[in-house]
Amino acid sequence: MSNNVAVIDYGMGNLHSVAKALEHVGALKVEVTSDQATILAADRVVLPGVGAIRDCVSELRQLELDQTVLSLVNELPLLGICVGMQMLFEHSEENQGVDTLGLFPGQVRYFGDQLQEADGSRLKVPHMGWNQVTQTIDHPIWHRIEQDARFYFVHSYYASPEKSGQTAGRCHYGVDFAAAMIRDNVFATQFHPEKSHTNGLQLLRNFLAWDGRW
Amino acid sequence: MPLAKRIIPCLDVDNGRVVKGVQFENIRDAGDPVEVARRYNEQGADEITFLDITASHQERDTTLHTVERMASEVFIPLTVGGGVRTVSDIRNLLNAGADKVSINTAAVFNPEFVGEAADRFGSQCIVVAIDAKRVSGPGEPERWEIFTHGGRKPTGLDAVAWAKKMEDLGAGEILLTSMDQDGVKSGYDLGVTRAISDTLHIPVIASGGVGNLQHLADGVLQGGADAVLAASIFHFGEYSIAEAKAYMAERGIEMRL
Repeated sequence: MSNNVAVIDYGMGNLHSVAKALEHVGALKVEVTSDQATILAADRVVLPGVGAIRDCVSELRQLELDQTVLSLVNELPLLGICVGMQMLFEHSEENQGVDTLGLFPGQVRYFGDQLQEADGSRLKVPHMGWNQVTQTIDHPIWHRIEQDARFYFVHSYYASPEKSGQTAGRCHYGVDFAAAMIRDNVFATQFHPEKSHTNGLQLLRNFLAWDGRW
Repeated sequence: MPLAKRIIPCLDVDNGRVVKGVQFENIRDAGDPVEVARRYNEQGADEITFLDITASHQERDTTLHTVERMASEVFIPLTVGGGVRTVSDIRNLLNAGADKVSINTAAVFNPEFVGEAADRFGSQCIVVAIDAKRVSGPGEPERWEIFTHGGRKPTGLDAVAWAKKMEDLGAGEILLTSMDQDGVKSGYDLGVTRAISDTLHIPVIASGGVGNLQHLADGVLQGGADAVLAASIFHFGEYSIAEAKAYMAERGIEMRL
């Protein structure tokens, strides 16, 4: 399978890491691009995301890439990362409330300033560091990754899906939240595979091998 | 399934080489930054911090190039600090492959810069580095002040209040270095670490003074730190990251093993 990957660039900064990680695990060619034709001509697509969601969504809309992303459903394997996953929900509480792309029914919520574990211990926000991900479905993207493996997270908002069948992985930090989502050929992670060492690189390798079916 | 506490080896880089001094003097060479980072990555480091201590601006390109090489080979989070003064400094470092940037002196002289940086790039990538020194005498209520210029210049700013202000402006994390302790290997200043960690909602990285593995564990257990940073105990082969993690896990600390 040829492996040309388009990483969608909507002007929000560091895409170097994800591009380098994809090259490291064997992508033939990685193009960081905002060009619709280039995106549609790729074998697979990555929607990264960093920073404030309002800016991410508005940049994406300005470049008319929101419809491009939605048009990829049932077309090409698509991997959303971090805010790139959150944008696929319907709505986020961040920035006084932002309507997002609506591929996954559900909300993105704030962890809160008073986040606690069940035993009363105080939790810092952002949720920053290595936490365990429970795989809730069998999926090619989880291939050769151990159950409850740790991945690197950094976020203050978490996704709360409406349809439990669309959750591919779960994490817990004061609350249970979606660490990974799945729908058709779309897989999305709250954590950063490109920053998650061996487990993350394996996930990206699996993404390069995935035909979009499961 | 709690979040793991992090071990962060720190690379002080001068003109493209890792160096480590005692209380910011007596610099010793500890190798090529990319080689060193790769070794720590293999040993299971949770993040890497790269502090550019090059004095001259002309060497900035060397730093960006080193960051680029590091980010192409090391797939864990990378924080870069040292001389970050402008929005374009931040953009250049992020574009070179840094995941977070650490702002130190510029925050003291222009606190709004932290707010501007957080608005532009998101709090998740803005670390504020604080150099604190104990200024209270024996028997007095404990008090720490912010110092600049490698611990030489007092600012009159209370360290705990300052850290809180940085959080309010949008910092995503605090890198707290206790200057009295730095490089002298007698352990973190647990008092200021605890005071700041208890006051803030954002994660705090303890730094400065690690001489053995117990100091790392104490930073978490007594100081309440979310991550512990050390340099020389790792650079000169006294301990590996894996040994440090095993030790901390034995003390009941949640670690990524």
